[in-house]
Amino acid sequence: MALRQIAFYGKGGIGKSTTSQNTLAAMAEMGKKIMIVGCDPKADSTRLILHAKAQATIMELAAEVGSVEDLELDDVLKTGFLDIRCVEAGGPEPGVGCAGRGVITAINFLEEEGAYEEDLDFVSYDVLGDVVCGGFAMPIREGKAQEIYIVTSGEMMAMYAANNISKGILKYANSGGVRLGGLICNERQTDREDELITALATKINTQMIHFVPRNNIVQHAELRRMTCVEYDPNCSQSNEYRTLATKIINNKMLNIPTPVSMQELEDLLMEFGIIKEEDESIVGQKKVS
Amino acid sequence: MSGKNVHEHGVEVMEEILDGYNDATAKDRKKKIEVVKAEDVKCGINSNRKIRPGVMSMRGCAYAGAKGVVFGPIKDMIHISHGPVGCGQYSWSARRNFANGIPGISNFVTMQITSDFQEKDIVFGGDKMLTNLIREADQLFPLNKGVSVLSECPIGLIGDDIEAVSRATSAEIGKPVVPCRCEGFRGVSQSLGHHIANDSLRDWIYEKDVKGVEIEDSPYNVALLADYNIGGDAWSSRKILEEMGLNVISQSTGDSTVSEIANLTKAKVILLHCYRSMNYISRYVEEKFGIPWVEFNFFGPTQIIKSMRKIASHFDEKIQQQTEKIIAEKYQPQFDEIVSKFKPRLDGKNCMLFVGGLRPRHIIPAFRDLGVQVVITGYEFAHNDDYARTLEYVENTTFIVDDMNEYEMEKLLENFKPDLVGSGIKEKYSTQKQGIPFRQMHSWDYSGPYHGVDGFKVFARDMDMAVNGAIWKKITPPWK
Repeated sequence: MALRQIAFYGKGGIGKSTTSQNTLAAMAEMGKKIMIVGCDPKADSTRLILHAKAQATIMELAAEVGSVEDLELDDVLKTGFLDIRCVEAGGPEPGVGCAGRGVITAINFLEEEGAYEEDLDFVSYDVLGDVVCGGFAMPIREGKAQEIYIVTSGEMMAMYAANNISKGILKYANSGGVRLGGLICNERQTDREDELITALATKINTQMIHFVPRNNIVQHAELRRMTCVEYDPNCSQSNEYRTLATKIINNKMLNIPTPVSMQELEDLLMEFGIIKEEDESIVGQKKVS
Repeated sequence: MSGKNVHEHGVEVMEEILDGYNDATAKDRKKKIEVVKAEDVKCGINSNRKIRPGVMSMRGCAYAGAKGVVFGPIKDMIHISHGPVGCGQYSWSARRNFANGIPGISNFVTMQITSDFQEKDIVFGGDKMLTNLIREADQLFPLNKGVSVLSECPIGLIGDDIEAVSRATSAEIGKPVVPCRCEGFRGVSQSLGHHIANDSLRDWIYEKDVKGVEIEDSPYNVALLADYNIGGDAWSSRKILEEMGLNVISQSTGDSTVSEIANLTKAKVILLHCYRSMNYISRYVEEKFGIPWVEFNFFGPTQIIKSMRKIASHFDEKIQQQTEKIIAEKYQPQFDEIVSKFKPRLDGKNCMLFVGGLRPRHIIPAFRDLGVQVVITGYEFAHNDDYARTLEYVENTTFIVDDMNEYEMEKLLENFKPDLVGSGIKEKYSTQKQGIPFRQMHSWDYSGPYHGVDGFKVFARDMDMAVNGAIWKKITPPWK
């Protein structure tokens, strides 16, 4: 099987890292050979696989030895649960430097060092929050990730972010060949959540690939720095991740997204009763005393 | 030149130039080219705008303006080019700002100090490294009187807080540390860099009340502002002012010190030479300290004498009499001697002069004193007020271009075939290869000074050397 490069995007705090690590662990169970590339300066994209809070990242080590050219692949590549290979780009503390440049440097390093030439089935990128600048779009640029999965929920801001990310995908869809693989709904128990995300998916020309229900066992596993799949393989939640894993492995629906305008998105939310229609006549009017 | 009316010929050339452009560029460049007649009172050129894509401009960037022009010549400051190594390296000692003092002890003008950004500094930020650099530089060169941090493009992109570093290190080393946000991508030319640098001096020297050495108060205290001492210009200008009986307490930024910069506010009158690059600080000092400023021009006899009288008019009779005395007894005879020697060799020649934002208009009269007519001129980065000031100096039909590019220059040379071209290093060799004598008028072509009485002598000799150089008789240009 040819190497497939996938990436997980989504609003900050939506559960990208948890969802992606659990799903990838389930894929590893099915015999797939996997490498995870964490593209978040917090470096927590591989924590559940490695059982370690944060490993030495490419950028940190590069800063220590002087430059990225002095690094060896073995210095940064770690192996975790079921031989999943893990690497973190790393980056600066919040508020300084340029995290985006760190991602670019790290991914170029991996390519030059031939990290992708190994016998791999999947490379997965876990990218922070929104596509705020060119650096965080690196995984969806030419020759990198071909399939994007957006983790979202029925909350308004998560949907805004999903729509924004699909704009980023659209930008590179023609030049780089990147495609949207689907929305993963990570349940937040909002009203009519699955229907809403299905409707959003249809609007932006994709699918809701899976609805991951909320289950506290994920928290229990996380406290032990483990994926749910490893912590309790027999629980129902692990089976949910396995279903998602199977769906991704067999996914044939790779589309160019059609992001909607702000207005259309708000109309959709209104249709589902998430936001109420605004009374335009009161905008900009002073209080009458 | 052809036998046609000079103005008509100019307009024809202008149309030919514009014909070579696509519609959008032609529309834009039309606003930047004008053939002015001697009697015109208005120059309608719309300047200080972004260059057109696809042309090779002569302009520089904001960093070039701040580091190369304003900060660089201050000799007892350590000037840090903050960012990757190239900006500092390739602007190193390019402007020939002379400065007295022992290199590395009391004079740092000839040094290139950079933070040499690496990939890791971009990713993790360079503030800590800058702090260390300032500490180390202060230890290595303990007699420095201050530090300037000249920010290159990446610093602005990653948002490093160089102001915070400056505040902290300034307190630590007990000297002014002046941050300057002159990232190259800002503005349309080096002109914004001058402005940003002036603002940095305002905020971090004058507003912070940095003290200069004690000065004995005198009604004749003046400051010589915006003379960069290229090839010794400021020294020769200073000589005139001193011989007039004035007391130059501050000279900036050529061969200048932090103390002299701070003492600008103790002058009775500020004498501003390069209006374009430092009018901002003179306006600020006028507003805040009530010190008047006077523009003057020390190129060539006519303007030197005119400027001396203009400056003297701000002082009492004693200065005015002294001024007339030295003009009559000392300078006029010297000028006469220079003119009588060189004018016969240069009379009737035509010149194209294209540099910076001030010099073309200042140098036109100096050429005229030698019988040379400037027929094509313009500025790289002047503003509209500079073009308005230019007509004051124009006495013949002149082709004026703003932000000239290589295509326009070629066309102009082809059509006007001037006897001499004065412009920058990028234009030097292409012009000489066409068989046209050339002088590099940014840094005086390894010569100078050109200001003042001493300067005029050198200027006249250099122009004669260029125009009448034996080498040009050996070359047959393509049209002959």
